[in-house]
Amino acid sequence: MKFEEILSQHKPALVKKWFHLVLRTYPEETATFLKNENDPFANPVGATIFKGIEDLFDGLIKEGNHKQISSFLDRIIHIRAVQEFTPAQALSFIFMLKKVIRDELKKEFKEKELFDEFLTFESKIDELALAAFNRYVECREKVFELRANEVKNRYSGLVRRLNRIPKTPEEKTKSKSYKK
Amino acid sequence: MTFIMSIMLPFIIILFLLLLVLGVVSYTHLENVFGIFIPYLALAIFLMGFLYRILSWAKSPVPFRITTVCGQEKSLDWIKANRLESPFTTLDVIKRLALEVLLFRSLFRNTNTELNEGPKLIHWSAKWLWLAGLTFHWSFFIILTRHLRFFTEPVPFAIQFIDKLDNLFEIGVPALYLTDALIVAAITHLFLRRVLVPKIRYVSLPADYFPLFLLFCIIGSGMFMRHIYKVDLIKVKELALSLISFRPALPEGIGVLFYVHLFFVCLLIAYFPFSKLMHLGGVFLSPTRNLANNNRSKRHINPWNYPVKVHTYEEYEDEFREKMKAAEIPVDKE
Amino acid sequence: MSELDGVPKPEELLKIDYQPPRKGWMDTPVNFKPGTYNYPAASKNHKILELPFPREWSPMEEDWKLPENWKEIVVNGIAERLSKYRSFKVFMDICVRCGACADKCHFFLGSGDPKNMPVLRAELLRSIYRKEFTAAGKVLGKLAGGRELTPTVIKEWFYYFYQCTECRRCSVFCPYGIDTAEITMIGRELLYLLGLGINWALEPAAKCFMTGNHLGVYPHTLKDTLEFFADDIEDITGVRVEIPLNKKGADILFVTPSGDYFADPGTFTCMGYLILFHELGLNYTWSTYASEGGNFGLFTSHEMIKRLNAKIYAEAKRLGVKWILGGECGHMWRVIHQYMDTMNGPADFLQEPVSPITGTKFENAKSTKMVHIMEFTADLIKHNKLKLDPSRNDKLKVTFHDSCNPARAMGIFEEPRYVIRNVCKEFYDMPENTIKEKTFCCAGGAGLGNDENMEMRLRGGLPRGNAVKYVQEKHGVNRLACMCAIDRATLVPLCDYWAPGVQVTGIHEMVANALVLKGEKERETDLRGEPLKELEE
Repeated sequence: MKFEEILSQHKPALVKKWFHLVLRTYPEETATFLKNENDPFANPVGATIFKGIEDLFDGLIKEGNHKQISSFLDRIIHIRAVQEFTPAQALSFIFMLKKVIRDELKKEFKEKELFDEFLTFESKIDELALAAFNRYVECREKVFELRANEVKNRYSGLVRRLNRIPKTPEEKTKSKSYKK
Repeated sequence: MTFIMSIMLPFIIILFLLLLVLGVVSYTHLENVFGIFIPYLALAIFLMGFLYRILSWAKSPVPFRITTVCGQEKSLDWIKANRLESPFTTLDVIKRLALEVLLFRSLFRNTNTELNEGPKLIHWSAKWLWLAGLTFHWSFFIILTRHLRFFTEPVPFAIQFIDKLDNLFEIGVPALYLTDALIVAAITHLFLRRVLVPKIRYVSLPADYFPLFLLFCIIGSGMFMRHIYKVDLIKVKELALSLISFRPALPEGIGVLFYVHLFFVCLLIAYFPFSKLMHLGGVFLSPTRNLANNNRSKRHINPWNYPVKVHTYEEYEDEFREKMKAAEIPVDKE
Repeated sequence: MSELDGVPKPEELLKIDYQPPRKGWMDTPVNFKPGTYNYPAASKNHKILELPFPREWSPMEEDWKLPENWKEIVVNGIAERLSKYRSFKVFMDICVRCGACADKCHFFLGSGDPKNMPVLRAELLRSIYRKEFTAAGKVLGKLAGGRELTPTVIKEWFYYFYQCTECRRCSVFCPYGIDTAEITMIGRELLYLLGLGINWALEPAAKCFMTGNHLGVYPHTLKDTLEFFADDIEDITGVRVEIPLNKKGADILFVTPSGDYFADPGTFTCMGYLILFHELGLNYTWSTYASEGGNFGLFTSHEMIKRLNAKIYAEAKRLGVKWILGGECGHMWRVIHQYMDTMNGPADFLQEPVSPITGTKFENAKSTKMVHIMEFTADLIKHNKLKLDPSRNDKLKVTFHDSCNPARAMGIFEEPRYVIRNVCKEFYDMPENTIKEKTFCCAGGAGLGNDENMEMRLRGGLPRGNAVKYVQEKHGVNRLACMCAIDRATLVPLCDYWAPGVQVTGIHEMVANALVLKGEKERETDLRGEPLKELEE
């Protein structure tokens, strides 16, 4: 059996374990809520993370294109970038997949002599981590941009107004509100 | 306050009391205390305590009409108002409160979650709370009503009827009451939920576990008496009738389990006014639910409304008059 | 993590940092982190409003410079409020901690912090109430759910009562209607007794007190601003609108939040009002003195609500108008609907509102004498008094955000939807449990809409953002309409982060775009100056 096939065979268990590990990064009373509530509107964090890691898993084993994988990553990282995590904590969830796979399938890989493939796959997870790092920084930059934009927006009407103020005498005679 | 302490403390208290009453009644023949004195005392505490709490709430005024509106307001006559969720008249308010008190409308709201398309999602987790809560309260009420057969002679038809209905399935001898089964299921759910759901466990206090254990004891002893370790019901009724006619007389040999049951009932009603169980009275006094959403049509009076310091127009114009004049904004004083 | 040998494995990292709090919540103190708390109010603003204990202090410092008898002040403050507010007293007593509210708070949903569950937010205050005011609490302390009042508790209050937007969503689901907003408001009042406030709420309050509006706009500047709107409108429509200001003898006084004077996209909504009123030939006036509909007193104290709100009736009386029309605003309408008449009424110098255009009597506003513009405009459209060309909004696919206060304090659900459906062709509601009385907050209300608090806002905005994203993906929605000035500011970053590509609009901006004016020129752009037809990117 091929390496990816084994992974996809064990997908439900692996994804579930991965999900539970990610949830452990939240307080206990929150984690259970995130785990049990299925409505994506009543529980956007849990639902997004679950869908996100499931898609990521698929993307990794099915050679999904980079753009796609990046959009899966995006959803999770958007959330974790504004929660109370240090950058390392926020991105730790990627590496948890390694732990999950090692715990579950290391023996099987050894028996079937798929260790090389296993290492290659781990490198893919590392690549994913790097991509996640990019996305994380983009999110943080976005937050600061939003801060700046908000301050600008607060007075944007004022700025537009200032630009309308006539500067030359001809402009002044043309302007209606500056006829006085 | 850790979880262990929150749950163990009330557990130990209840266990201690259970052993206490068992021991005392079995070995000391203080039945008078448990059969007559404590019930009267508990009832007195309950009545006075309940009244005191309601009066003390009522003493604080309702300065503002802060209805929580959950439906379309009454505005233009071609827009259909939702008079139950956004009551406009007192009658509407009564209907809204009735729905709340009798059917737990707000708890039910949780469940109303379905997407237009895609996966049909129902909040079962939340629906359970509504169902268990409703089952518990209604069962409790029916059980209470059933008990009136001990206090009445002849037993009024309505009570006989409820008793019959509750016995409908005639499982076992004597038959298992439907409400007994339901209340055990409901309270077990409420208890397990408090222990197993971490976020509920996190907010739970000893005061949340205590009434649950108390109810377990009451229901347990009651069912035990009926089905396993039977007590003399004729004598129980004799005692009940004597108590209610204020000519207390204690028949001999009712059985110790009865005193356990009675003692915990007394504890519950004496504890009632000083605990969260007062939500029974509080729900009627909750300003977000018992007021109409007719604020702009009918003025609400705040009894302690007092004058405050404001910045008057005159002060304002004094400060800005020249600027206003220069900008050709009308002023009061030239 | 700078030394390589010390680099923990991810799961070790978890063990160190994320273990669920083993201790109970009472023993878990607050940790102030930048991005999640609000800056304290400057002492000058305390002084302007004559509030006690003005001083400079910082939440990040250990010593908050509390007054010497702070404990006595707080306990007396609670006692006073227990005797004045039945809501407060009942809510302190009857919670059974059923947890129905726990997952209804947007801050809990987005952050996962257990103290953001409404039940615990209230317990922060309730535990002190039990300790100080109930026999069991006094004797048994923690065993009865009581807790010692310490400076740590005060810090916790400051943190969590300013992580509540007073949106009242939890109170919809509570079986007893316990309203966390009520508890938060009283908690904040208690903090103000100690001179602890946040600047984003107190500075607007101070400015509003002195100049009539939150931004501190002087009368002549307000006139300039409105004149500039008139210039813009003339460029776009070819019609010159008039700017009636402080006009005695007008029929109607118009009051709207000042947020719409300078901040895009609120400015376009403001232009929308001017266009609509011009087209109707309404005999109305703006006021420089009552140039604020919003009321940051609501986020400060009950007394402050009254002090700031008093201007509206006073000005209506001075100008001799018949009734008052209020613009698109959220918390303003909580104040107008639930507080104004009680606090500053009776408005017996005004007349029962009647639309001069349709003759409709607004019976639901016959005491307060103030009509919501959405009621006013819906009535106009129903009576065919507006010539509308919805195709001018063809590039818009619209969804509508029910703002918390108009939704849960008023119940104004159908009027805005009716208006939107009449001015644009494509309208899609968000999922059922995220709108109307169950609407999710923008996470920036109640004084929290500042930039220092951005992370907290974005977290709290996730439930709303998620629902917007859903209609964006499903129906291609590109405009989020709302009728609240705070929303028009806070939903912009929210959408930009959670549903990029969705822009925010007021409803009267869309009305004015669709409204065909007498004598107008062919419109090429919308009020934003963007081409009418093609999709903007």
